[in-house]
Amino acid sequence: MADPGTGAPPPETGGDTGEPIPFMQQLLDNPLLLLFIGVVSPTVLYILWGLMEIVAIPMAQ
Amino acid sequence: MSNDFRTCPDTGFKIHLPADKLIKWNAVTAIVFLLIGGIFGLLVALTRWPAVHILPPDLFYLALTAHGLDVLLVWVIFFEIALLYFTSAVLLNARLVGPKLGWLAYVLMLGGALMTNVAVLRGDSSVMFTSYVPMQAAPDFYLGIILFAVGALIGCGLFFATIIVAKKERTYEGSIPLVTFGALTAAIIAVFTILAGAAILVPTLFWSMGLIAHIDTLMYKVVWWAMGHSSQQINVAAHIAVWYAIAAILFGAKPLSEKVSRFAFLLYILFLQLASAHHLLVEPGLSSEYKIFNTSYALYLAVLASMIHGLTVPGAVEAAQRKKGFNKGLFEWLRKAPWGNPVFSGFAMSVVFFGFLGGISGVMMGTEQLNIIIHNTIYVPGHFHATVVTGTTLAFMALSYWLVPTLWQKELFLPGIAKWQPYLFGIGMALVSTFMMGAGTLGVPRRHWDISFADAAMGFDFPAAAYLMMGLNGISAIVAALGAMIFIINMVGTLLLGKDKVPAAAAPEEPVAPAAPPASAATSYGSAGTMEVPGTFVLALIFLVSFILYYFVNWKYLASVWGLS
Ligand code: HEM
Ligand SMILES: [Cu+2]
Repeated sequence: MADPGTGAPPPETGGDTGEPIPFMQQLLDNPLLLLFIGVVSPTVLYILWGLMEIVAIPMAQ
Repeated sequence: MSNDFRTCPDTGFKIHLPADKLIKWNAVTAIVFLLIGGIFGLLVALTRWPAVHILPPDLFYLALTAHGLDVLLVWVIFFEIALLYFTSAVLLNARLVGPKLGWLAYVLMLGGALMTNVAVLRGDSSVMFTSYVPMQAAPDFYLGIILFAVGALIGCGLFFATIIVAKKERTYEGSIPLVTFGALTAAIIAVFTILAGAAILVPTLFWSMGLIAHIDTLMYKVVWWAMGHSSQQINVAAHIAVWYAIAAILFGAKPLSEKVSRFAFLLYILFLQLASAHHLLVEPGLSSEYKIFNTSYALYLAVLASMIHGLTVPGAVEAAQRKKGFNKGLFEWLRKAPWGNPVFSGFAMSVVFFGFLGGISGVMMGTEQLNIIIHNTIYVPGHFHATVVTGTTLAFMALSYWLVPTLWQKELFLPGIAKWQPYLFGIGMALVSTFMMGAGTLGVPRRHWDISFADAAMGFDFPAAAYLMMGLNGISAIVAALGAMIFIINMVGTLLLGKDKVPAAAAPEEPVAPAAPPASAATSYGSAGTMEVPGTFVLALIFLVSFILYYFVNWKYLASVWGLS
């Protein structure tokens, strides 16, 4: 199953044509990699960034 | 091993019996908690109706806590666990890995839910479901939620294991079907949700046991909302997967473009959880960069994904209907859709209300500057009843009308009234949302026992319109609650009293779910192969215009709130 060309109505079956599998498809077919990205990205961008800002707030005297 | 399977006569699915049983028990338990939570919701709504004001203050906060917990956590997540087993084992024709662990998960979840409910009903844990520190509940309140979450995490693990083992055992070819991919998205967000929940609730449990002296309130909010917000995004991903499933089951509809839809789910995985920061928009101590990055730049990519689904789900239905010859004009495909079938009507209202009521209001309130107009008003519950009730709950109800009779091979208990139920519940709840949002725009606070401030030292007079809205909200809540009760009676009745199904064609009455077309559209990868869906594009334009108008009206309104001159 390559690029758009397969627009034929009958269901595409994953024939082993030996073509290289596109990067996007490899990513989307890898549940554990997706899991990793889905956990790390919000942990860094939302939780850690947020906590670091709070830690940086100066203590009241 | 092969006698562990049965073939479903309606759909041709090869169903793993242990998975079958787990799906049933999780789904039924979910529905029972919807009943409990729904009753509390009605009591809360009747208290907030100023002329009725049914509960005293302590019971109001108790009921509010129980309501949030039983519906948002217990109903939705039990149903989602059932969905995870369904979309992995059943849709992939595979065995469910580790059914014993599945039962352990079930027992942990049920035990945890009961434990937390007992803590709440005892009256010493009315901290509402956000349980913000320094408000303190009894230790078993937190412990119950933690056990529940551990159970749910096990369920997610079984889902991952099942799709990986199914691939190894070659029960499907190529990529997983889109419905399963949507469930995968939900499961990924669920893992993050549960880990974040553990990170915050375990220390809070220790704090309530006196083992930790202090928890910083702002840190609590940041980490708690990583769970609180993300759990809502599990729901979004799950109910969109359900939309695709229903389109496939009822119409044999394939997604317009499998690639585009999968890409939209990927955007969810990447960005949806970051929007947790929209709960912190008025917190001092967090920078604007942090707030705006997480709620605008990142969130809008997730909103884009929702709009893609909003376009391709009806688009898939339109394409399938046109293929069947409903080609006249822009909307024949829609007019001739099975509006009397609760699977369809629930699905259709779920798409429309989620987009128009929940989606538009969500983007408005997630904008840093606009948030202040409605922050902590009853607008907020107005918004999320549109998303999590008319969106998620209604979609789950719609699917149940197909799933329960099919899995049990039973006739629906009350097929006649089932035709009306989605309208009662959906429209009732859409009105609840609208009136809450209306009252919120007038400044009525959320989680407030008495907006008349009868014995308060410093009163405040809300305009009469606010009282009217809260009254109309109460009336709509009665309608919605009635709809919910009918659903529950029908489902439990089908289970206990439903007649065994006669082979599809012999049924005398118009069957509620028409003899399903080969369910292959739900179980395989592949696109519809057409983009000719003019009706859907017109609907999308109407949506965009409403969206833009509403958004800018609120900027205008903001200008009047702050009186710039
Ligand atoms: C019969 C159906 C329902 C009715 C009449 C109802 C009504 C209400 C009302 C009046 C409030 C209180 C708003 C406030 O005072 O701040 C509320 C809160 C809430 N509802 Fe519902 N609701 C219903 C179903 C649901 C469902 C199905 C869900 C979730 C799936 C849900 C989730 C929530 C949550 C999370 C809260 C917030 C609780 C809190 O502030 O701690 N509701 N509901
Ligand atoms: Cu949120």
